[in-house]
Amino acid sequence: MATPPKEPITVSRYTAAARLNHWITAISLVLLAISGLSLFHPSLFFLSGLFGGGASARAIHPWIGVVLFFGFCGLFIRFFRANLWDRTDNVWLSKLRDVLGGHEENLPEVGKYNAGQKLVFWLMSILIVVLISSGLVIWDQYFYGYTTIDQKRLAVLIHAIAAVTAICVWIVHVYAAIWVRGTIRAMTRGSVTGGWAWRHHRKWLRELVSGGPKD
Amino acid sequence: MTNSWTDIKNTDLVVIMGGNAAEAHPCGFKWVVEAKAHRGAKLIVVDPRFTRSASVSDLYAPIRQGTDIAFLLGVINHCIANDKVQWDYVKAYTNATYIVKEGFSYKDGLFAGYDEAKRDYNRSSWDYDMTAEGFAATDPSLQNPRCVWNLLKAHVATYTPEMVERICGTPKDKFLKVCQWIGETSAKNKVMTSMYALGWTQHSKGSQNIRAMAMLQLILGNIGVRGGGMNALRGHSNIQGLTDLGLMSNLLPGYLTLPVEREADLNTYMSTRGFKPLQPNQMSYWQNYKKFFVSFQKSMWGAAATKDNDFAYDYLPKLDVPSYDVLRAFELMHQGKMNGYVCQGFNPLLSAPNRKKLTAALSNLKFLITMDPLDTETARFWDNHGKYNEVDPTKIQTEVIQLPSTCFAEDEGSLTNSGRWLQWHWPGGDAPGEAKADTWIMAQVYLRLKALYEKEGGAFADPIVKLHWPYKEAGDPKPDELAREINGYVVEDVPDPNDSTKKILEKGKQVVSFAVLRDDGSTACGCWIYSGCFNEAGNNMARRDNTDPDETGAFLKWAFSWPVNRRILYNRASADLEGKAWDPTRKLIEWDGTKWAGYDVPDILPTAKPDVVMPFIMNPEGVSRLFTRGLMRDGPFPAHYEPFESPVVNPVAPKIRGNPVARVFKGDMEQFGDSKEFPYAATSYRLTEHFHFWTKHVWVNAVMQPEFFVEVSEQLAKEKGIRSGGWVRVWSKRGSVQAKAVVTKRIVPLTCDGKTVHIVGIPLHWGFMGAARKGFGPNSLTPFVGDANIETPEYKAFLVDIEPIPEPVA
Amino acid sequence: MASLSPQDLIRRSASSITPAANKLPEVAKMIDVSKCIGCKACQVACLEWNDRREEVGVNTGVYENPHDLTPNSFTLMRYTEWVNPETQSLEWLIRKDGCMHCADPGCLKACPAPGAIVQYSNGIVDFVHVNCIGCGYCIKGCPFNIPRISQVDQKAYKCTLCSDRVAVGQGPACAKACPTHAITFGTKEQMLKDAALRIEDLRSRGYKNAGIYDPPGVGGTHVIYVLHHADKPEIYASLPRDPKISPVVEIWKGLTKYAGLAAIAIFGVVGVLHHLVNGANRVSSQDEENAKRLKEGRS
Repeated sequence: MATPPKEPITVSRYTAAARLNHWITAISLVLLAISGLSLFHPSLFFLSGLFGGGASARAIHPWIGVVLFFGFCGLFIRFFRANLWDRTDNVWLSKLRDVLGGHEENLPEVGKYNAGQKLVFWLMSILIVVLISSGLVIWDQYFYGYTTIDQKRLAVLIHAIAAVTAICVWIVHVYAAIWVRGTIRAMTRGSVTGGWAWRHHRKWLRELVSGGPKD
Repeated sequence: MTNSWTDIKNTDLVVIMGGNAAEAHPCGFKWVVEAKAHRGAKLIVVDPRFTRSASVSDLYAPIRQGTDIAFLLGVINHCIANDKVQWDYVKAYTNATYIVKEGFSYKDGLFAGYDEAKRDYNRSSWDYDMTAEGFAATDPSLQNPRCVWNLLKAHVATYTPEMVERICGTPKDKFLKVCQWIGETSAKNKVMTSMYALGWTQHSKGSQNIRAMAMLQLILGNIGVRGGGMNALRGHSNIQGLTDLGLMSNLLPGYLTLPVEREADLNTYMSTRGFKPLQPNQMSYWQNYKKFFVSFQKSMWGAAATKDNDFAYDYLPKLDVPSYDVLRAFELMHQGKMNGYVCQGFNPLLSAPNRKKLTAALSNLKFLITMDPLDTETARFWDNHGKYNEVDPTKIQTEVIQLPSTCFAEDEGSLTNSGRWLQWHWPGGDAPGEAKADTWIMAQVYLRLKALYEKEGGAFADPIVKLHWPYKEAGDPKPDELAREINGYVVEDVPDPNDSTKKILEKGKQVVSFAVLRDDGSTACGCWIYSGCFNEAGNNMARRDNTDPDETGAFLKWAFSWPVNRRILYNRASADLEGKAWDPTRKLIEWDGTKWAGYDVPDILPTAKPDVVMPFIMNPEGVSRLFTRGLMRDGPFPAHYEPFESPVVNPVAPKIRGNPVARVFKGDMEQFGDSKEFPYAATSYRLTEHFHFWTKHVWVNAVMQPEFFVEVSEQLAKEKGIRSGGWVRVWSKRGSVQAKAVVTKRIVPLTCDGKTVHIVGIPLHWGFMGAARKGFGPNSLTPFVGDANIETPEYKAFLVDIEPIPEPVA
Repeated sequence: MASLSPQDLIRRSASSITPAANKLPEVAKMIDVSKCIGCKACQVACLEWNDRREEVGVNTGVYENPHDLTPNSFTLMRYTEWVNPETQSLEWLIRKDGCMHCADPGCLKACPAPGAIVQYSNGIVDFVHVNCIGCGYCIKGCPFNIPRISQVDQKAYKCTLCSDRVAVGQGPACAKACPTHAITFGTKEQMLKDAALRIEDLRSRGYKNAGIYDPPGVGGTHVIYVLHHADKPEIYASLPRDPKISPVVEIWKGLTKYAGLAAIAIFGVVGVLHHLVNGANRVSSQDEENAKRLKEGRS
């Protein structure tokens, strides 16, 4: 007879507000990626159909960008402190092989975010600033007169490169969430299991237990 | 034009002076481009401004406005001094050899016979010595000091290149280059054409500007030849038709003249219109005057014009003054002596000078009737439009009746272009609203007037009641009916004097041309020079065959060119005394031993022997005139007079202001400004984007040039602190306007008589009606004086001051 | 506004097509600046034929009206007052601005919307407004700064070389209206021959640098100029000396487009491979135990 499964303890990781903020930003980013890619390469133009065609994809894309920008601003304010770099992040990064191999026993104890997550955070922060600024330059409907065509050309190139980079970073972000099982519930239910926290963010767990910083 | 638009392609040198063909006549200008591209012709532009014409010229020379005569006499002086003269032509075809009466003289800017009080000349000494046989005396050797050539030589000697530079401000090197290029066309195989327009006519000596160039062209042998001529570019599509049909207050159709008061009967009238030849064997074609006149009377009054009543001579009005031109009309309104005004297709509030005076004059009227396709400023003169028309409607009692008429694209008829081509056209669309053809309106007015006269009598009802009115629909004469009437028709059979069974003219038929018109009342013709336009061959104006054998540019089968489909006037002069073309490559007509034939309708009796009958058949001399006898009021030669408002004193006649015989009404002399008060020389002109005050009603034209502006040089702008695109005020003794400033390199200050002369350019296309932005016309500023001979107002040269102003509150 | 047949296409934006073997003869509009009198008849004809309505503007101290190309005004006369340093004479250079119909059109290269910009085998580059999405990439692609986006319908507009007229054997409306034949239209071969004659004439008048403007940087154009000073095209209201598609645009529409997609694909594939090789990173029951112990040890 099997013993009834032991109910693992859970730890709260994200408040409802933080999760809502995340998902608004996440959805915006996905929509931006889809609409942006539809204008980026002809083979993906069909994606604009999701928005009712090229013209509406073109029209809506910058507005979603605005939503994303403000959404991300919220995330930034919430999380930037926890993403400040410290010395253990360098150690963590230097053992990337162990990270990728899942040998977390070889890694230093990690706080709320590991160096990889922090990199995603800071890269996204920079990229989104770049994207919104270059995006405004090429948002001709409202801002055509403020820049020269040469500036617009540069902006559109920068926008494209930044967007591709952002998508790649996003892939890392999403993949990590999938690969590290038990992660996604942090953004759905708001909590993670104690074991997940012990395994991946032990320092954070210790702090939680000791009543340290909660965020 | 002596020639035609299409003929300009045959030229070697185009001189645009007193006009701006590229800008004001862009469609016709294509023939200049054609001559340049395919003949290697050169283009000279002489203008106070670097115009659109100048932009495609080979040589541009600046000139101060109103000094063209000095410039042209300077060129003549150069040609004489440097033997750039087509001698065979000058000796045979001009009056260079004619001997002028003792007593004729020119001194200090005045010719013999000046009466200062009358501002007029006694012109009796301005004539030829006559021989015992009653012909003009000549000296073919040109030795006689009183022959025209020697008088001319002396007359132009003053106008040295230095004097030209002093008067005109044209740099000497530019002037000499112009002289050199022009002089080259004295060769028999080189031809120059002169293209001019209102830049020459709108001066107090406008007619003499044109005279000066005509004389130069004669000296160079460029009249009557392909690619040559004096080519007046007419400002409206049918202004040539207007003058041809005699819509001047002193003219009848075909340049017949209205009688004056002292010509009480036909005999007296004809006594000064005999045109007896001044040389033996000359055609002196005006000897046929009576035929044209009687035929005209027959077309006007039909059966009521009989031999017994001098062909209704009494029905014609008799002038008590030289003319009732537009300036006089407004002067009379201003004085309250003219109380009603029918204004048909005319917008004088913007096109006559001194706007303030015009508004006052119109306000004095009892009624004003306008007939126009557009809602003109004149029709709205009483309407307050803020600063653009500052009037108080409560103070104006004039009753205004606006009769909307069709525009050219909505009616049928013919337009006569600058090249004298009568081109028939058909309506492109229906007229909007209640608009009616002018002919319909006039007929309706006439029928009502006639009914009133029939009912009530009146002092002299006959001219109205007995007017010949043969139209099928009395209330709506059709264009072809009118055209047939103008062409002329046979009223009574004319039997052949040699064979009474035959008729040389058959009653009811259209006459073939004016050649068959008669002075016995058996023919009728509305306008003799147009005769042939609609004869038994049909409507020749509607011909559209553009074949042109040997590409001479004649296009004889296209439309109809008056007279008798002749394309180049005086074309007999294209051949020498043996009847051979001066330039075989430019053959026009030649004598084949028995008759004249060639590419054009000969401008001479086809059987007239070349060494006997001279080419200028309208002149009793048979030759052209370098010396015009007493035919012009202000001199048999042109002389330089400053504009009435001039920045400098006349260097050749310091005591004379303006043209000494130009008419100045009482009170207007005081309205002239001087250069101390108004230091800048202004000129008015057209822009290519607009046509007068019409196209500002058209949205797309308004888009092309939306707003009134004035043009000044960079130097003046700097001096006065004027910013390009900023606002300025420009004012003269008579009024003030506000405009945007266009600061341009195309205008440069000139140095005249040691003084810097700044030029202010004022285009004329804005008013207070239409689609374009509201603005002013230059006529708010221009002086109330006209040319001494034909009273064309002096719009091209006047004085103003200018200052920058802050942007006016809308 | 395209009216030529789809079979005449040789390029179509954001799509690949196989051009038909039969090609139309290449056409060109020749603008002879030395014959142009700046009358703006071309501007009027353009507005009228294309049924566009421009605003009545203001005067800003110059003759240009409107002051720039607009979504309604596909062509514009530009005026330059230039003092020739050699002769010290003023020259009033008047150039009709508008689409050059490049053989290698930057607009088409930049356009992301399939079929919004097409190029016909006769050389006409045309905008197909039903496909246009109003992104403005064509503006960035164009080396001549020609297309304009309408604020009314958010679509790009420019000269069509009157493809609708050309399709039925007529020339462009501007050429038809030009009173001095400064604008002519025909096969490019013929236009180049005519231009050569004009240049000969201009050289005989002392314009020793007269020449054709048919810039090779964009593969030649189907609107060519005859210039009196072909050595200095920039004096004609900044006509580019050596126009070519901006290298930035080339990188954007070339390398970036492919490298970008590749990068995204690589990241995706690496993720999948990693997962296949390493498997999921799971939390063990030992981890849970440890966590529980930590929590309980403290409480």
